[in-house]
Formats: sequence, structure tokens, C-alpha cells
Amino acid sequence: MMEHINWIHNIPFFSIFLAMLSGILTALVKNGKTAYKIHMGMVLVVCIMSGLLLVSLSAKNEMFTFMMGHFPAPWGNELRAGPLEALMATTFSVVMLLTVSGGSQFIFKDVVEEKQSLYFIMLNALFGAMLALVYTNDIFTAYVFIEINTIASCALIMAKGTPQSMVGTTHYLVISLLGSGLFLLGVCILYSITGHLLFPQMQEGILELIKTEAYRMPLLVVTGFMFIGIAIKSALFPFHSMLPGAYQAAIPTSSGILSGLVLKSYIILGIKLIYCVFSAQVMHTLKITEVLFAFGLAGMVMGSVYAMKERKMKRMLAYSSVAQIGYIYMGIGMASPVGMTAACFHILAHAVTKTLLFICCGSFVEDSDGKEKIYHMRGVALRNPLAGIGYTIGALSMIGIPLLAGFISKIYFATASVYSSGKMAAVLIVLGVSMVLNALYFLPSVIAIWTPVKGEEKKPAVTNSPAFATSIVGFIILNLILGICYRPITHIIQTSIELLAQ
Amino acid sequence: MKDKKSFWEHLKAWVDGEEVILNADKYIATRTPKESLNWHKFFSVQNVKENKRNYAVLSVGITALFIGIMLSVVDALPEFGSPYNPSNNEVMVRYLEKGIEETGAVNFVAGMILDYRAFDTFGEANVLFLAVMCVVLLLKKDKKNYSAKEEQENQEDDFFDTNEKRPILQIGAKMLAPMVILYGIYVVLNGHLSPGGGFSGGSIIGAGLILYASAYGQKKMQTFFTFKTFTKICAGGLLTYCACKSYSFFTGANHVGYEIPKGIPGNILSAGFILPLNICVGLIVACTMYGFYALFTKGDI
Amino acid sequence: MNHLETNFYEAVSVILFGIGFMNLLLQNNLIKKFIGLNIMDTAVYLFLAAQGYIFGRVAPILTDGVIDASYYVNPIPAGLVLTGIVVSVSITAFSLALVQRLYKHYGSLNMDEIMRLSREEEGE
Repeated sequence: MMEHINWIHNIPFFSIFLAMLSGILTALVKNGKTAYKIHMGMVLVVCIMSGLLLVSLSAKNEMFTFMMGHFPAPWGNELRAGPLEALMATTFSVVMLLTVSGGSQFIFKDVVEEKQSLYFIMLNALFGAMLALVYTNDIFTAYVFIEINTIASCALIMAKGTPQSMVGTTHYLVISLLGSGLFLLGVCILYSITGHLLFPQMQEGILELIKTEAYRMPLLVVTGFMFIGIAIKSALFPFHSMLPGAYQAAIPTSSGILSGLVLKSYIILGIKLIYCVFSAQVMHTLKITEVLFAFGLAGMVMGSVYAMKERKMKRMLAYSSVAQIGYIYMGIGMASPVGMTAACFHILAHAVTKTLLFICCGSFVEDSDGKEKIYHMRGVALRNPLAGIGYTIGALSMIGIPLLAGFISKIYFATASVYSSGKMAAVLIVLGVSMVLNALYFLPSVIAIWTPVKGEEKKPAVTNSPAFATSIVGFIILNLILGICYRPITHIIQTSIELLAQ
Repeated sequence: MKDKKSFWEHLKAWVDGEEVILNADKYIATRTPKESLNWHKFFSVQNVKENKRNYAVLSVGITALFIGIMLSVVDALPEFGSPYNPSNNEVMVRYLEKGIEETGAVNFVAGMILDYRAFDTFGEANVLFLAVMCVVLLLKKDKKNYSAKEEQENQEDDFFDTNEKRPILQIGAKMLAPMVILYGIYVVLNGHLSPGGGFSGGSIIGAGLILYASAYGQKKMQTFFTFKTFTKICAGGLLTYCACKSYSFFTGANHVGYEIPKGIPGNILSAGFILPLNICVGLIVACTMYGFYALFTKGDI
Repeated sequence: MNHLETNFYEAVSVILFGIGFMNLLLQNNLIKKFIGLNIMDTAVYLFLAAQGYIFGRVAPILTDGVIDASYYVNPIPAGLVLTGIVVSVSITAFSLALVQRLYKHYGSLNMDEIMRLSREEEGE
């Protein structure tokens, strides 16, 4: 009876439920260390399972839907997994594993002892919600898990318990609620004109509407609302104001996870919506991609400009995230499979790099007695060379130095611009400007951390915990892998986008 | 700034790493902030907010634009109350016509949220759980957020709770609270048969608990409802929910395992997993509602 | 396609959404801001609930043993609204807890005042 079960197809379901289950179990645990172990174990298991799923799906180049319950598509919930989803889930779990192991020292230091286990509940739930957003095939499930994501990420920001973190959380909460409110409004209108909630049926309905020219206005507005909602949630340029305050006040681990993974989970949902609900052709007729493209370009430049004006390292990194999100939206806005490949690759590259930067930055702040301005961090890398090397590599990757992940994604963006008519000049110019701007704010900080302070007595060197060291080394290796052996990864992305677009 | 450098010298100093780094303390201390209104400031939300009137006009404008767009959308939407709308399709027909046969629930909404679309509802229960955990994270007393003054206020409150005589409130609560809780239990248990279910029934039970706690004080509540029982009930309820739904998702998706008996529709013991799920949800919601109250008033359960 | 008069539930919910949004933007008091958010949520639920109604039909609970889809209203929006309400309760509780913490520290509910104090604390 059990032999005809396809265990590989159960992996998405298992990973989401495992994450949620360990979140619930953690509530019964009083001790932060035990909660940490449960979390790490869970993420490791999910990581291995997603890896298996990725290998199996990319070998066969297939996608499948998984029925959640006894009822088929238009009646029950569904999950959907293809190589792209598996790749994202694997990356998310690897990055999560490395971030939490590298950032555990900050968690145990900054969160009150009796509340550490609550922090891990939030981490588990956040991870489960991100997986659900990646795998979902149902728009209302997506809404529910967006809300879980919102609550859990706000909890991660405020876990530090300082008044600044409360202010940052309030700001973040209000803006993300606005985003999810717009998304929900979009879901309502979409339901009322198509009558379905699952992606494939919705797509059929929308194609029918486009053909018959019915409900043109609601369809345009609904697409606009949903993408504005997702753009607000993923902090595209004009809606980025919540990031700096929140990331500065939060624990570095939280900032890394929020900027590297949580923002990306909304973008992946957006990509799935583009291909599985609205379909690329409809997006093109409604000119939504053009708007995303324009805002992406604006974000690339403005994010860097804001970052240059910042004196505090974490705020600088937050603004740099705004610029990088701009890159991703630019790729999506090119409305070609090549552009989408570049955007997806940049999601991976940014996830790997920005978390590394935040973790190293957290360690610098700790070493310079909690001072956050860059000029207080002079010479800090000499005392803690490992974190210094990590930061330098991250910064170089963000600027786009060859052999590192950021370089490859920029090459792909440039290549993609050739395939999209009329956008080539804009993409190339802004890409160049943005690279120069990136260098202008990342290089001074790199120089600063490696320059010794004159006339100050030497502080002792910092000893890193083994978990921190492995995490930094792991991130550097990941960065090099993405920068050197990128071919198989981009191949997987390309084929899976073709699968999605079918 | 005393020593005025040329642009080239600035650049050279910057490349050498001097300007920002070595003289940074002095530079930042002596630097005069630029006053000119540049284009960067124009985009900043902070700046817009400082000008109260412009901000108000801008927000009214945005809202008016939004309402205008939405009204034109509403104008184009399918007609209200018409049976021929796109949303009244085969999905709804199956929920209504096969619902009793497939889920066993007489209340079609309960059948829909706890069987057909149970994954959403699982997420929803998790949202509630996470919210109460967030409130615990924020408001439960710990070293950082609790001052001696609050401790004193809390002790005074406890003193009044135990010593003050509030006969009308206390007798009223004593008589009402059990009835309210009983009614809540009725609503939970009949979730699959009549309007109501775990969420509504749970909040009624929570209201009963809050009534009792506000009449007798939290000290008395703590004799039978402590933080430990609270987490145990919440986590226990969710774990049961998770286990039931995992079983049904797994067997459903892989077409294995046996059916859960549906019973005779209309009986209290029917509708497969819906009754236990409603009880779990009811427990979680009741605890959550009381937990919110207790944490907001005293910072502890 | 002129349904504005028949769709008055949706029209009212849209206006309600606007009122909530104005509250969110213009109120300085944090609690009022969050009430504004709550009004927005409620407006969306009214909008959603209005999608499910069909004239002359009864609530989706088996009545008189009639098993016929043309006898009941659409149950799906009801289920979705239920989920939405739970989400909005959770969010409201969370945000009010945040407000309580902020008030404990800054002694004010005014958003501008809190922002000013927090910037002063940071030493800018």
C-alpha cells in the first residue's frame, strides 16, 4: 500500500509542516539553547530534503502539483513545486542555517534570557511561512502566509527590546500592513471577477477575460494593487522607508534574515504570480512590467545615493538592500525569460551576500563597543580578520568584482538587456552608474575597517566562536561557488522559467 | 572648515583613505551641514511630513484618487446579488451539493474551512498563536521592561483585588461566567451543525474567562490558569491540529490510508476531523483571548 | 456596465477603506492610527462578504434537508472573511502591545513626539 507513494513529491508538504511543527514545539521549551538546537536540526533536515527535491526535479526537468487534502484543484488547496521553487527552498535553508549559526551569539547576547525560546518560535514560523510562499499554488494561502511572515518578521525586529527597535517595528508593521491590505483587496477583486483562488484556474479565467475584453478596468487595477502590495512588502524604492530604521535597531541576525530572505520570498511570490496567474503576455499588455522596470531603475540609483549619505554601517547596508531590490525588479521588468533568469540569480547572490555583510557588521559593532558609525569601526578588521575578510568579500561581491556572485548577476543583467528592445541603453547606463555608486560607498567602509587608528593603544584581538567562523567561511565559499560554478545554477533557473511560462 | 581644499585634493585624500577615516572625527565635528534644499530632500518622507499642510493635502489627494479609482472598479464589477456572477461557479456548487457527503458537516462553511481549504485555516491558527507569542515577547515581565514602580502598582492592584468587597460584580460574575463559558462550549461543539465554530466559540469562552478575571483579580485566576497551562493548552491544541491535518493531507495527497468515519450528518459525533479540529481551535482562541487581556493588564498570565 | 447603484455595499466599503487610510495617514495618535488600519481591514471584509451574497437565498447551513446549490448563498467569501478577521485581531493585538511598550518608555502616544525623542536618544 505504501510503495506507490512518491516521497519526493511529499517534500514541500513535509518541509512546511516540519517548520511549523518545530515552531509549536519550541513553545514548550524554556531553554534558549535547546530551542536553538531544535531550529538548527529542523533547518538542516529541510535543507537536505530540498536538496534532494532539487536534484530529482532538475534531473527530470519536471514540475508537479501536490494536493493538500482529499480534494483536487479548484476545490482544495494545492502546493506546486518545480526546479525554481526547489532551488529557492534549498538556498533559503542553507542561508538560514549559516545565518543563525553565525548570528547565534548575537541572539544569546541581545535577547532577554527567558525570551530566547520565543525568538526561535518566530524564526521557525518565519522559515515555514517563507517555504509556504515559495511553494504555494493558491492565492489565499499566499495571503495567510504573508501575514505570518509579517508578524514573525516584526517580532524578530523587536526581540532586542530596546525602544529604538520598538519604533522601528512600528514603522515596519504599519507599512507592511498597508502592503498586505492592498494585496488582500487585490485578492478580493480577482476572486470576484474570476471566481477562483487557485493559480491555474485563475489564469484560465484571466486569459478568458482578456480575450473577451470584459472587466478590463478591474483587471488592470487589481494587477496594479497586487504588485504595489508586493512591492511595498519587498521594499521597492519609493516604499523603502521602513528598512533602515528597522534593520539598524534589530539584532544583526534578524537584519540579515529579513534583508536576505524575507524580502526575497515576496519577490518569488511575485514571480509566480506573473507566470502562473497573470501570464507574461497579460503583464505585457497591461504595461505592469514597464512600471516595475522604471521603479527598479530608480531604486538602483536612489538606494545607492541614500547609502552614500549614511554614516552608520547598518543603515548603509539597509539602503544598499534597497538598491539591490531595484536590480531584481529591473530584471523582472525586462519581461523576458533572460531578464527573469538574471533576477532569480540575483536573488540568490544577494541572499548569500547581504546576510554575510550583516553578520560581519554585527560583529564589528560588538567589537567597537556598540558604536555604529563607520568611523568608529576603524581598524576593527585588524582585530577580527575573519569578519573583516568576510565583509570585504561581501562588499566586493556587491560591487561586482569577478569571481564573486554579484559579478555574474550583473553580467546576466547586461546580457538580458540585449534581448529586450528599447531598454538596453537604460539598463546598461543605470547598471554602470549603480556599480560606480556601489563602489563609492562600499570601498570607504572596507578601507575604514582595515585602517589602523593612529595614536590609540592596541585593543586585544577578538576570538571568534567556531559557529561564527564556520558560518563566515561557509558564506564565502557559497559566494565563490555562485561566482565561479554558476553555469548549472543558471541552467536550472532557465529551464524552470520555461517550465513556469508554459 | 578652516583649510579649504581643492576638489582634486579631496579626491586624493579620499583615495588615500584619509578624508573619511583618519580625520573623520575632526571632519565630522567641524563640518557645517549644507542648508540648500536639494533634490534628495524632496523625496524624503520626513521632509514632507514636516510641512503639515502640504502633507495633509497630499494625503487627501492620494485617498481621493484611490477612492475614485476604486469606485470606477466597483462600477465595473459583477452585479451585487446576481446568481450569474463569475464567483458562483462549479467550486461553490460542489461545496454545497457534495459537501455533506464528502465532509459530513451540515454547516457548509465549517466543511469548507476545515476540510476543503484546511491549509489556510492551519495558517490562520498559526497567525493567532504567533500573535499571542509576540505579545508575550513584548509585554511579559522581564528584566528589561519592568520597573519597580510598576511592581508596586501591581501589588496595590492585587491588594485591592483580594481585600476590596465588590459584591455586585463578584456575584454577577460568579453567576454569569459559567453560563458564558458553557454557551461558548456549546458553540464550539456545534460548529459543524450550526453557525459558529472554533473561532467564535473560543472567543466567547475567552470572554467568560476575562469576566471572571476582572471580577476576582488575576491572583485567583492563577490558581488554575498559569502561564504554564496557557502554553501547554495553546501548543497542545495546535499540535493536535497539526497532527490531524498532516494525517489527512498525507493520506489525501498520496491516496493511501482509510477514510475517517463521517458519521450521520446532523449528529454531534459526525463530520470526521471537523469536531476535534473545532475543539482545538476553540481552546487556542480561548487561551489567546484571555492571554491578550492578562498580558495587557498585568504583564503576566 | 453601470452597477454602482446595485453594488452599493462595495461602494460603501471602498469609501470606508478611504476613511481608514486617511486616519492612518493624518492621525498622530498611535492608537488612532491603528484604529484606522482596523477600519481598512473591516472595509475589505465588507467588500469580500458582499461578493458572496445572492438575492433570495439562505445562509449556507443545511436547511430543511435541501441539497441544492441554487438554494444557498456562496460559502467561500464567508470562510475567507473568517480567516481575515482572525488575522486582523492578531495584528491589532500585536500593534497595541507595541504601543503599550512605546508609551511605557516615551510617555507619549504621539508618533512625531516619539520619533523626535528616539532620534534624540540616538544622539543625532
